[in-house]
Amino acid sequence: MTTAVADAAHHVEHGPAKGFSRWLFTTNHKDIGTMYLIFSLTMFFVGGTMALIVRSELAQPGLQFVHPEFFNQMTTMHALVMIFGAIMPAFVGLANWMVPLQIGAPDMALPRMNNWSFWILPVAFCMLLSTLFMPGGAPAGGWTMYPPLVLQTGDSFPFLIFSIHLMGLSSIMGAINIIVTIVNMRTPQMVLIRMPLFAWAWLITAYLLLAVMPVLAGAVTMLLTDQFFGTSFFLAAGGGDPVMYQHIFWFFGHPEVYIMILPAFGIVSEIIPTFSRKPLFGHDSMVYALAAIAFLSFIVWAHHMFTVGMPLSGQMFFMFATMMISVPTGVKIFNWASTMWRGAMTFETPMLFALAFVFLFTIGGFSGLMLALVPADIQYHDSYFVVAHFHYVLVPGSLFALMGAAYYWLPKWTGHMYNETAGKVHFWLSAIFVNVLFFPMHFLGLAGMPRRIPDYSTQFADFNMVATIGAFGFGLSQLIFVYVLLTCKKGPPATAEVWDHPKGLEWTVPSPAPYHTFAEPPKVDRTVAFPKDYD
Amino acid sequence: MIRKSLTGLIGLVWAGGASADWALNMPQGVTDLSQETYDLHMMGFWVCTVIGVLVFGVMIFSLIKHRKTSGVAPAKFSHSTSAEVTWTIIPVIILVAMCIPAAKTMIKLEDTRNPDISIVVTGYQWRWHYAYQDQDLAFYSSLARPSLEARQLGSTIDPYSVDNYLLEVDRPMVVPVGAKVRVLLTSNDVIHAWWVPELALKKDAIPGMVNEIWFRAEHTGTVRGQCAELCGKDHGYMPIVVEVVEPDEFDKWLTANGGTPKAVAAAAK
Amino acid sequence: MNDKITSEAKNRSLVVQLLGWVVAMFSFGFFVLPPLYNVFCEITGFGGRTNTAAATVVETPDVNRTVRVEFVTSVNEYAPWEFTADTSSMDVHPGQMYYATFTAKNLTEVSKVAQAVPSISPIVASGHFKKIECFCFTSQDFSAHEQKEMPVQFILDTELPDYIDTVTLQYTFFDTQRVAAAN
Ligand SMILES: [Cu+2]
Ligand SMILES: [Cu+2]
Repeated sequence: MTTAVADAAHHVEHGPAKGFSRWLFTTNHKDIGTMYLIFSLTMFFVGGTMALIVRSELAQPGLQFVHPEFFNQMTTMHALVMIFGAIMPAFVGLANWMVPLQIGAPDMALPRMNNWSFWILPVAFCMLLSTLFMPGGAPAGGWTMYPPLVLQTGDSFPFLIFSIHLMGLSSIMGAINIIVTIVNMRTPQMVLIRMPLFAWAWLITAYLLLAVMPVLAGAVTMLLTDQFFGTSFFLAAGGGDPVMYQHIFWFFGHPEVYIMILPAFGIVSEIIPTFSRKPLFGHDSMVYALAAIAFLSFIVWAHHMFTVGMPLSGQMFFMFATMMISVPTGVKIFNWASTMWRGAMTFETPMLFALAFVFLFTIGGFSGLMLALVPADIQYHDSYFVVAHFHYVLVPGSLFALMGAAYYWLPKWTGHMYNETAGKVHFWLSAIFVNVLFFPMHFLGLAGMPRRIPDYSTQFADFNMVATIGAFGFGLSQLIFVYVLLTCKKGPPATAEVWDHPKGLEWTVPSPAPYHTFAEPPKVDRTVAFPKDYD
Repeated sequence: MIRKSLTGLIGLVWAGGASADWALNMPQGVTDLSQETYDLHMMGFWVCTVIGVLVFGVMIFSLIKHRKTSGVAPAKFSHSTSAEVTWTIIPVIILVAMCIPAAKTMIKLEDTRNPDISIVVTGYQWRWHYAYQDQDLAFYSSLARPSLEARQLGSTIDPYSVDNYLLEVDRPMVVPVGAKVRVLLTSNDVIHAWWVPELALKKDAIPGMVNEIWFRAEHTGTVRGQCAELCGKDHGYMPIVVEVVEPDEFDKWLTANGGTPKAVAAAAK
Repeated sequence: MNDKITSEAKNRSLVVQLLGWVVAMFSFGFFVLPPLYNVFCEITGFGGRTNTAAATVVETPDVNRTVRVEFVTSVNEYAPWEFTADTSSMDVHPGQMYYATFTAKNLTEVSKVAQAVPSISPIVASGHFKKIECFCFTSQDFSAHEQKEMPVQFILDTELPDYIDTVTLQYTFFDTQRVAAAN
């Protein structure tokens, strides 16, 4: 770490190194950001393939393709790969690229650690994916890894635990780096509250990561010691309690949900003002809402456990606390709507993804509100209604925000405008198929279909077929995104501003962003107006 | 509404939404509490629908009117304290209002007093075991043979040719209509969950622990459900069937299966 | 140059702080939460727990109130015991001491060790169900085919909320050797 800062300064004069060693040893935030983004896109397709295997099997009643054991491996691995391999690293990649550019810092504060935190990830996922070829197969007890079931996992069990440790380590290192960068490396005039919302969202997310990833590490370590070292944290026979695992897991798990959505809120708060040609409405209340959501996320975990048996007072507390989360979340939605109100909107691909985010994430929020009502939750819990709910939050939520961010900043990264037509086709196909895929799942859940089952009664057949069609449509549409990326270099050159007078320091550097930016801290003044400057 | 409009939005034309296969909503069930649960679900749904129509309406209006191509100059405002306070306070009031009826139902759900029958239900990988506490009757209940044969990978039996595919058992749980049935849940191995949508009941069966729920079925008939907590490879194959019968029929069933009828069943009516 | 050194020092101190935070959260999850959860469960009865060591209580019978105590027995993972309660239920007065007996028989040719795990429902009752003597306090040795009568002495305290009329006490028999072998 000592040499790292000096290193960054030393390299100021040089461009990137040549060949593979550039990527292996790089400490440049842009290189590392790019690697994170490419890694997460790869994992997105790996996890997506698993999802398509799941949806293929579920297309019709009866087993057509896979055994139930393998089906369970697919659902488990799909979740782990998508959460820890696709969504989270993609946000970290964006943070790497954009946080220093947005706050006028020359690089991340801890470039060497930045390199390690990335390279841990491919190792962790090679380990996790290798379990597919082990005797007994990959983990099949669900990504939530509830004991005692998870203790029935075969040879892959220690690899599962160890890969989660590595992913956690990577996230923690990334989070520390982001916090130190934001706290210590902002350009001198940028006061914290006026910082752009993407950086703000990430600052809060990073603190959430530091608070809960160690707890997850603790929980899975207890699983490991219960399995191999004779402890009984979760074994009733030895005086332990399997329900305690669920409490600890969801103490991590609910903030984890916000770890996957707060940076998305930040992205949408960047995109909507740009294409509305209006300052973000209520910049400060957006920040307070983020902080309120982060705080509340620590006191609602047991809403995932209304069916385990809990005293009435506990149920009521968790119901009410959960409902309260919709207040700051509502503030965000209303603020976005107000940002659009009386703007002069245009609908380029990033804006389309951001708008779809606002509409469809809200639907996920609505089903979340319904899930908070305990008696109704008892019906929804572990049914396809829940599957629909969290996929609405994560796919047209987190993923759409990521796609929007990619289109929004791609010209800044590559120096070329992407193919707008292809981007729009990508958007519309994604937006249509994501609903074909996930909306029918609400009906399936209400009609009584449990989640995580490889086969179902014939009454559920029709909507499952619709969902499977949607899944293939959605999955194939994502190939257009790859096409957009591959053809981007052929597009017309992008200006420094790229869009129509966007606000923020990232638009003051040329496109593509030079390998080293902001060697001298930039001046922040009205020309790179921050929200308050509109007053 | 949202649901309907979105159904339209995704551009799918359902042929006759009335057929059972396209069931859209939660069943109202066969107990008073399942009806209350359904009502709460619908309350949540309508509150969301109204808010959704308002918020989406405003946004769609904005999307149509406030676009650059219509030649408008963007406004400059960036906050409004009164608006922000309003849309913080109003949701709080709505949420508190929603919690009240929910809390009332929750209290009833926990009221396991004075049961007429107690049945211990134990989850096994992968079947259920029912033990009638005072009737000296206990048995396993597994997936019925026709479903079992049709469910295999590579099976040539068409699932549509099997009655209640995957939702039929060899020995159902039988209860008298109108009796307060207390179900005590536990597990032999991993965590399972006993879920019957028509009873609006779902509770985890946890090894080394006992959980309780209750129901009072208002009509005779058969209701079906499934294990709801992932419990291993055959998690999808441990259905629940509850037959609700007249009390005298229940006594007959008990006798025929080697149990001892108690006066409870009669007292229930 | 001075700038660089101060910024480095600033970074280092913040990193140390944040790492301290990470270590604290891990320790919280691993070392603090489990005992905290156990204490919490024992106080509130959360999770249907009851006391795991003999309780000392004073008898103050409330003869005007009768509560039904039901007994449920299970064996985990088909453990080789026949395990039953001698009576399926008892009517008791809160504040008065009672005895119940359970019978277990080892169904195998070899000696076995069992651990009985108690659980109470409804959850709110579990803090009020006190065991003075219980076969669940220690593990139980069974020689081949041995049959044992095992007593439990308990009291329902008078604080038991008055809306509770039935309390279920469940014991699950675990084969401790099998649990150890699995480890
Ligand atoms: Cu949650
Ligand atoms: Cu099960």
